[in-house]
Amino acid sequence: MALFTIPHIRISGMAACVPRNRKHISDYRWVSKKERDLFKTTVGIEVRRVISNGTTTSDLCQFAARRLLADLNWAKDDIGLLVFVSQTRDYLIPATSGILQDKLGLPKSTISIDINQGCSGFVYGLSIIGSLMNSTGIRKGLLLVGDISSRNTSYRDKSTYPLFGDAGTATAIELSEHASDMHFNLEGDGSGYDAIIIPDGGLRKGLSKTSFNYKRYGKGIHRNNFHVALDGVKVFNFSLREVVPNLKNLLNFTNRTIESVDYIVFHQANKLINETLRKMLKVDPSKIPYSIQKYGNTSSASIPLTMVSELNQELTSKKINLLLSAFGIGLSWGSVLLETDQIICPNVLEY
Amino acid sequence: MRRMTIEAFITHIENEFEDLKQGTLKPTSNFREEFEWNSINALILIAMVKTEYDVALTASDLVKFQTVQEMYSLIRSRVKT
Repeated sequence: MALFTIPHIRISGMAACVPRNRKHISDYRWVSKKERDLFKTTVGIEVRRVISNGTTTSDLCQFAARRLLADLNWAKDDIGLLVFVSQTRDYLIPATSGILQDKLGLPKSTISIDINQGCSGFVYGLSIIGSLMNSTGIRKGLLLVGDISSRNTSYRDKSTYPLFGDAGTATAIELSEHASDMHFNLEGDGSGYDAIIIPDGGLRKGLSKTSFNYKRYGKGIHRNNFHVALDGVKVFNFSLREVVPNLKNLLNFTNRTIESVDYIVFHQANKLINETLRKMLKVDPSKIPYSIQKYGNTSSASIPLTMVSELNQELTSKKINLLLSAFGIGLSWGSVLLETDQIICPNVLEY
Repeated sequence: MRRMTIEAFITHIENEFEDLKQGTLKPTSNFREEFEWNSINALILIAMVKTEYDVALTASDLVKFQTVQEMYSLIRSRVKT
């Protein structure tokens, strides 16, 4: 396990942006009403936000970042680092972070980096931007995290289509001698790489005519090899196996109890997973915010989106202790224990 | 270890699934015939077994057993003592 502490780093502000376009589970006629109702009560999703053709993750992140920078009153020339975390980038090459640096009007001296992570992306991204700012002395950085996973699903695949929503987020990070420590526990297991995968379109299996041939994988599950495939039982069992020990090890490492944490923000993959984790941890429901009902599973954006959407008042008005727990594709998982103190946080933005 | 009984196991299952009327499930029942079996119901079952017994059921486990008794026996054999 990778347990470590990053000092002198604080979150100064957060913003999240979702597309205006809503997709209601009630309208998903590929499955029966009974299945739709079961999906809503069990997985917890009622409506998702889905981009229109032509919009990318970077557009949503850029929108969130512009508003955040304005609200913080940060000068663009002061931003020394931009980290973009996503699995739905603008192009295969080049990296998207450079495009964002230019579009946001940041100086050429801004270091721009892409990180390819999904569900665990916010926690991984926070550790990387925090470490880099500590080692370089860069005082202000932007962590842009998001995904438009809806683009990768097959309408005729009930195991993925109704699950994913789109969102982009921006988090302002500051180097400060007065900031409290952030504690991380990052883990991964690449042997589960195929639990969530788009088989074709990379360099291992390039796109070919057969990539677009639909196959039936089970009742209500039809997709091609350029769509995302998700092994629900495998991901479910992985989450129930790894997340609780990961959080307990982080709490032991920091000599903290779960009672000392104000809120635990889980990746919003599936309400049933999160409720099972909550019961395993014996935590009161009031400590577990959910945004999945409104936005679906937004991959890397789900934790910052849930913070902005569900903890807005707490984030902006007082000091709070948060335990963020991310897990999914990779397989990759991690957690961070941190404190925020009256940050800038506009309400969820629409694009 | 707390005492594990098939009666308590059946009660747990009946509590999780709205389709099941209390008292209808028997050890010999084929649970795929008792209510609509789909991937979400499979996850509900996996979650209940993990929460109540700290046992992980895999996809291959789920296709292996037919009756409630078979499922119960498998879980019981895996409960940590």
